[in-house]
Amino acid sequence: MAARPLTQEVSAPPLVQQARKALDTVFDPELDEPITDLGFVRSIDVDADRRLTVRLRLPTSFCSPNFAYLMASDAKDALAALPGVEAVTVLLDDHHDSDLINRGLAADADYRGTFGAEAEESLDELRLIFRRKAHTAAMERVLTSLLRQDPALTEEKLHEVVLGDLPDMATTHALLRRRAALGLGVAPSDLVLVDEHGHPWPPDEIPLRLRFARSVRVSIDGNAHFCRGLLRTRYPESAADQSPRAVDATDPTCVPSPSKERVS
Amino acid sequence: MNTDLPNVTFQDTVITGTETDMYSKDGENYFIVDAHIALWDARPENQLNIHGKQFIDCFYDYHQNLSPASEKWPYEEYLYQGGERLMKDLFIDGYVDHAIFQPARLGAFYRNGFGQTEEAFALAQRHPDKLTYNHYWDPRFEQAGLDQLRRDAERFQLKGAKLYTAEWHGDSRGYKLDDPWSYRYLEAAQEMGIKNIHIHKGPTIRPLDRDAFDVADVDKVATQFPDMNFVVEHCGLPRLEDFCWIATQEPNVHAGLAVAIPFIHTRPRYFAQIIGELLYWLDENRIQFSSDYALWTPKWLIERFVDFQIPEDMQGEYPPITVAQKKKILGLNAAAMYDIEVPAEYTVAQPAGV
Repeated sequence: MAARPLTQEVSAPPLVQQARKALDTVFDPELDEPITDLGFVRSIDVDADRRLTVRLRLPTSFCSPNFAYLMASDAKDALAALPGVEAVTVLLDDHHDSDLINRGLAADADYRGTFGAEAEESLDELRLIFRRKAHTAAMERVLTSLLRQDPALTEEKLHEVVLGDLPDMATTHALLRRRAALGLGVAPSDLVLVDEHGHPWPPDEIPLRLRFARSVRVSIDGNAHFCRGLLRTRYPESAADQSPRAVDATDPTCVPSPSKERVS
Repeated sequence: MNTDLPNVTFQDTVITGTETDMYSKDGENYFIVDAHIALWDARPENQLNIHGKQFIDCFYDYHQNLSPASEKWPYEEYLYQGGERLMKDLFIDGYVDHAIFQPARLGAFYRNGFGQTEEAFALAQRHPDKLTYNHYWDPRFEQAGLDQLRRDAERFQLKGAKLYTAEWHGDSRGYKLDDPWSYRYLEAAQEMGIKNIHIHKGPTIRPLDRDAFDVADVDKVATQFPDMNFVVEHCGLPRLEDFCWIATQEPNVHAGLAVAIPFIHTRPRYFAQIIGELLYWLDENRIQFSSDYALWTPKWLIERFVDFQIPEDMQGEYPPITVAQKKKILGLNAAAMYDIEVPAEYTVAQPAGV
């Protein structure tokens, strides 16, 4: 990695804080949450020469290596873009492919360079699949909540709902972010019920598609809870690093676990 | 290492009576088939490498994370149970009437394999009314494996098999059900009357850039082999929606509740969503209970499931579960699939279909 010129003001936050903020932008593609909220960031260290070392941890040794690589390399990219960083080392701990992934990251080998024959193409397609799922789930969350709040609103009428009709709350903001990530419109007059290409859902298909969208959301939410719980089981100290899931606060079907799901 | 529980006297006679193991609640009798169990050996002396330790540690984390405090096992006991402990946990304590072994070989992780073929098969031979032994195959052994499958099918009288597509083998770290050799094995299995194929959809990672839990290969073989049953264990979690979509279109695709059902304790509302989605997309005849022993013991899972109901405030999205549906899921569906005889007092008016 090329060294960057020191452009920071004296009052800029310490590098560790900047690094944490940068890592907030790195998402687990499957769980649709930042790795910082999930507790996947084990440690952030900076030495006297402004060299950053970040260690990541995952819920099991058998987390998919492609996802593990994706998060680790996204983390490295996000950290390398910070002004004033001399060098970045990202290490993935306790994974069955830790050695392989850590070597690949250190050498700035890309995905195919890291995994060789096991990887056929880039991870772009995989990333896109999960962006689409995240959008579908975010759309279902806001609309189900809307249906629950307004008994006069029927599923059939949902095709008229535009972004401007949505309440100003976390789930709406989450939907707007997922739309932006897919390159979909975010204007108040834009329809909410659109597919991954921005095409409106045919009104007669709304009940079935909404039903499928719900199963996508159930899947993502369930994985998120399972992975968060497993991480705490594997690394009890990670409980202190996990932030509550933003979407749970507004999801009436989701109740925090009796254990320590919500950590202040 | 002594893996037996202290103060327990194991007697064959205790488990042969039908009265002691029947599960009845509120005047309803439930015939229980635990459709996915294992007799594994993950003790250090059987671990081939670090992955063997990581694998059982991962299981143990699942167990610790999702079990009630009273049902948690010490790590040492979790590594290996043995036949007597298995019989006690399932049939004396656990209300199970019949259980089906679904072994994983994991030859790259364990010296003598993870699932203990000889021990489990011997146990099944001693208790044919209580245990069915399913075996495994791996199409990457090509012709030699196919020859072995023919011998295994005859020796074990196989009705079903467990396929662990994420198994490591040489440089390969997984295969797909629609690989050419896999088709040949399925054809041979069909010919030999092995009808019930249980698939663990784990992280099949070759090639790596495909969605690692993709269930598309199940879709293809389910279409290709309409007379066989494909039970997707863990009901496609973490890709419930992809699984449901396939199962809706393929009538011979079933859901195994292994790993999904323990959410009934830690996340009952999430479990309500899973079972609600499955009942919507698949119907009540294609869902099978399993404890995934020894990941979890069946007793508490059965008790909780019989007592379970969709929370009232969620019943707008998911209708309440009926007693008949619970009976089918807990045993009648798997019993029908495996031709296990069910006494009349356990059945429901509408037969469970396969």
